[in-house]
Amino acid sequence: MLPRARKSRLLQNLFKRGDGAVRSSRGVFTRRALVVMAVQAGVLGVLGRRLHTLQLHEGEHLRQLAERNRTSKRLLAPARGPIQDRFGRSLAENKVSWRALLMPEETTDVAAVIERFGTFIDLDEHDHARIERDLKHLRKYVPVTLREFLSWDDMAKIELNAPSLPGVLVDVGSTRLYPLGALTSHLVGYVAPPNETDVAHDVTLSLPGMRVGRAGLEQTQETLLRGEPGSVEMEVNAHGRVIGELDRAEGQQGATVRLTLDSVLQEQVRDSLEDRVASAVVMDCRNGEVLAMVSTPSFDPSLFDSGVSHAQWNEWVEDPKTPLVDKAVSGVYPPGSTFKPAVAMAALKAGSVTPQDRFVCPGYFDMGGVRFHCWNKYGHGSVDMREALKYSCDVYFYEVARRCGMDPIKDIANTMGLGVPLGIELPHARSGVIPTPEWRRKHGYHWNGGDTVNAGIGQGFVQVTPLALATYASRIASGRNVQPHLLRTVNEHVSTLSVSDTIPSLEIPQEHLSIVRAGMFAVVNDQHGTAPKARLDLPGITMAGKTGSAQVRRVSRAMRESGHFNSANLPWEYRPHALFICFAPYDDPHYAVSIVVEHGNAGADEAAPLAKKIMTDTLLRDPENQARPPGQTVARTDSGQG
Amino acid sequence: MRNSLGFLRREKRLLRAEPDFRPLARLMQVNWFYVLLICMLAGVGYIALYSAGGGSSHPFAGPQMVRFGLGLVMMIGVALVPPRVLRLIAWPMYGVSLILLGLVLKMGHVGKGAERWVNLAGLQFQPSEFAKIALVLALATWFHRTGPERLGNPLRLIFPAIITLLPVLLVLKEPNLGTATIIGVIGATLFFSAGMRLWQIIALVAPIPFLGKFIYGHLHDYQKARIDTFLHPERDPLGAGYNIIQSKIALGSGGMWGEGYLHGSQGQLSFLPEKQTDFIFTMIGEEWGFVGGITVIGLLGTLVLGGMLIALRSRNQFGRLLGLGIAMDFFLYCAVNLSMVMGAIPVGGVPLPLISYGGSAMLTMMFGFGLLLSSWVYRNEMDPE
Repeated sequence: MLPRARKSRLLQNLFKRGDGAVRSSRGVFTRRALVVMAVQAGVLGVLGRRLHTLQLHEGEHLRQLAERNRTSKRLLAPARGPIQDRFGRSLAENKVSWRALLMPEETTDVAAVIERFGTFIDLDEHDHARIERDLKHLRKYVPVTLREFLSWDDMAKIELNAPSLPGVLVDVGSTRLYPLGALTSHLVGYVAPPNETDVAHDVTLSLPGMRVGRAGLEQTQETLLRGEPGSVEMEVNAHGRVIGELDRAEGQQGATVRLTLDSVLQEQVRDSLEDRVASAVVMDCRNGEVLAMVSTPSFDPSLFDSGVSHAQWNEWVEDPKTPLVDKAVSGVYPPGSTFKPAVAMAALKAGSVTPQDRFVCPGYFDMGGVRFHCWNKYGHGSVDMREALKYSCDVYFYEVARRCGMDPIKDIANTMGLGVPLGIELPHARSGVIPTPEWRRKHGYHWNGGDTVNAGIGQGFVQVTPLALATYASRIASGRNVQPHLLRTVNEHVSTLSVSDTIPSLEIPQEHLSIVRAGMFAVVNDQHGTAPKARLDLPGITMAGKTGSAQVRRVSRAMRESGHFNSANLPWEYRPHALFICFAPYDDPHYAVSIVVEHGNAGADEAAPLAKKIMTDTLLRDPENQARPPGQTVARTDSGQG
Repeated sequence: MRNSLGFLRREKRLLRAEPDFRPLARLMQVNWFYVLLICMLAGVGYIALYSAGGGSSHPFAGPQMVRFGLGLVMMIGVALVPPRVLRLIAWPMYGVSLILLGLVLKMGHVGKGAERWVNLAGLQFQPSEFAKIALVLALATWFHRTGPERLGNPLRLIFPAIITLLPVLLVLKEPNLGTATIIGVIGATLFFSAGMRLWQIIALVAPIPFLGKFIYGHLHDYQKARIDTFLHPERDPLGAGYNIIQSKIALGSGGMWGEGYLHGSQGQLSFLPEKQTDFIFTMIGEEWGFVGGITVIGLLGTLVLGGMLIALRSRNQFGRLLGLGIAMDFFLYCAVNLSMVMGAIPVGGVPLPLISYGGSAMLTMMFGFGLLLSSWVYRNEMDPE
């Protein structure tokens, strides 16, 4: 580039030591300028090298970051599956509701807008605190919810005043609706907004409008009902604004769950129970389908969707009638005399008695220096098994229990569904207790012979749920190992539990079952049975049943000896529970019913008439009986006698 | 440079001819090769700004080209001004630049947390840019009179040191750490090239580490934050470190060949902050890839090299120092901006010259190139011996 002579001079200058004599300004400048150029070249070289590193070596990693920058995956909340009764009547569904949102970035004066909003729609302190918190924590382009669950009128009011409410927009959401309200609240349960723990387990729950089942089937069938969220992948800019849609995957809405429940029957049963603190279960004894399951009093489940007030919650929790508890599956009661058929079958199976063995009942039973009383202090005289069931003679069963011991009783009770988990699709279902010496020992106590005797009449430590009693009655009636269940179909697929010809028979000889059934028939239909009040008024249909009265407090000797003891005079909470189990029709059982009236005093007086009403309603809803006119009185001495 | 060497012979003839100021002839003397390089860079700027405007000459590319046209005319005009005139106006210019810097401090328009802009007859104007050129001119004038042989006496360095430190301190007070450093480095380079003795240099450089520590203690919080986030950008990904991270991401997503013109996802979706000004190079890197980026760096480097060669070719100390000062100014702009967008130094509002959108930076740079070309046009004027 440069002439040879110039080049050599340049090199000369470069390597010449700069002392005063040869210091020409050009020479110095050239040397120094070359140093500067070298530095410049070095810096640009380093920058080029860095660009190389950034774009080619770290490129892959940075490209991924860029992709993450560019796209935003948004999940679409799936619609929660509806819950219906066996005929398709809606028990839980989604209802469109509106909510007001505020886009903070679209308004200049957030406070003024909120205040003006407050003049149209009431905002309480709670709302204000929440809005303030959201405004502080959420980013500018994330909408803040002002109010949820707006009615159509509220929505119209906001839309009408939109010009004076900049940044406020109305969004469509969905609310869970329970058309039957308190009637099915224990079964269906309710939903509530997810809490932080739920969200930590499943991020899709953070989607607006998502709800989590908090009780009943809403809770246990959560996975079926929730569905799969869909997603949209969108191209967004740095401000989070959507530029376009890249990909969309539709979600799967929650499954349609149909129950075994008959909501009309459910309503009839609830009406029969009136304002009693009680529970009743109606079961198809051929396959274990629960047709009605009522626990009173109940609560309105729709309140939970929008949040229950503290006052309301405390009122429910402190109520001695426990409206929030589903007594049918979570309430445990001593079965009382309804336990006697199980004891009878246990003794038969163990061979400790024959159906023909007779014992004399003098009104009391002495064992180990302790006197156990029969409910009839005058005694029943000489009774065999059928008569003992019919009269509900305590002394007979004291003796039977003493003879066969606790273990066979426990085995049979468990076989019949008592004291074991039943697998019902409800949360907090309890299995009750059939005590044995071993169970007692585990709890650190000694088992007395008296405990066995007491258990023989369903008292003492024996505890069962109304659902277990209904299962027990169903198994006695059908002789099959039916499993109680509430789910009939999920998206049209029929539950295997409901298919009756696949249900295995119980390992109990038919003769034993027949004896017990005959005893229970006599209870209702014989002249001196304990439950004539349960006798059906339907032509050609008879019912078999068993009463029970379960003491909740020991009756002291003093009270008993005072002669005019009557439990009906006790304060409500000390009165015995009234129980009744039954099945009908006797000759071809279709349905089993169990009833527990808390502190109802006597099964025969309180529960038996209810059983008659409920069973009548049930039978009349049976397609086979639809043609039969209701209310026809049948002669008292009807076919079942004998 | 071979073409420009052709001017040499003709110029010698022209020098002998009288009178020595003939505008048309002088116009022929302008280093048109260098002008072509400048136009190429401005062209790159136009193309990049067109993309930054979302595929439109509005709002960036169009106005920028109008300014470039004005700047080009001004540059050629300045190129024809003889050095003695430049030396005459050097001190008034320097004085004006100090006054403007003072004005900025007094009534400046605050932009991005610092007072940098002054409004002159409706024109937004950044005096620190102008001060750089004025300082180069003033120092070149001073060292022209005071040749290297006279710099052995350190007292002779006191005056140029003062005129360097005055604008540095004023700009530092704005506060604009980046530009103050650039002004200081330009001054130091001129001192060095003017023939300052090595022992003087060592005596000056040695205390810098201690001074640095002292200065850090007096930095503004936001300046400290910049240094800290530069060291650890991931600590504050949405705050001050956001720019650096986004810039690196955008560059990285460019890869070898880029995402294609007008198709850079980060730039077009405005993840890239200030993409038309400070981060224009990131956008080029994203859309044109490493190939495009390194080409632009090469072009910038060629301009620097050309400027340095022009300085080397001058036969007078004024022209040499003027050329080197302007080339150094341009180089520092580029180096600081590129380092900044590649996350190598803390972010400061330093644009990429001729490419970034912005009027005053463009015009002052063009004015500077005018001086550089003037150094070329009058390169054969001899130093007074």
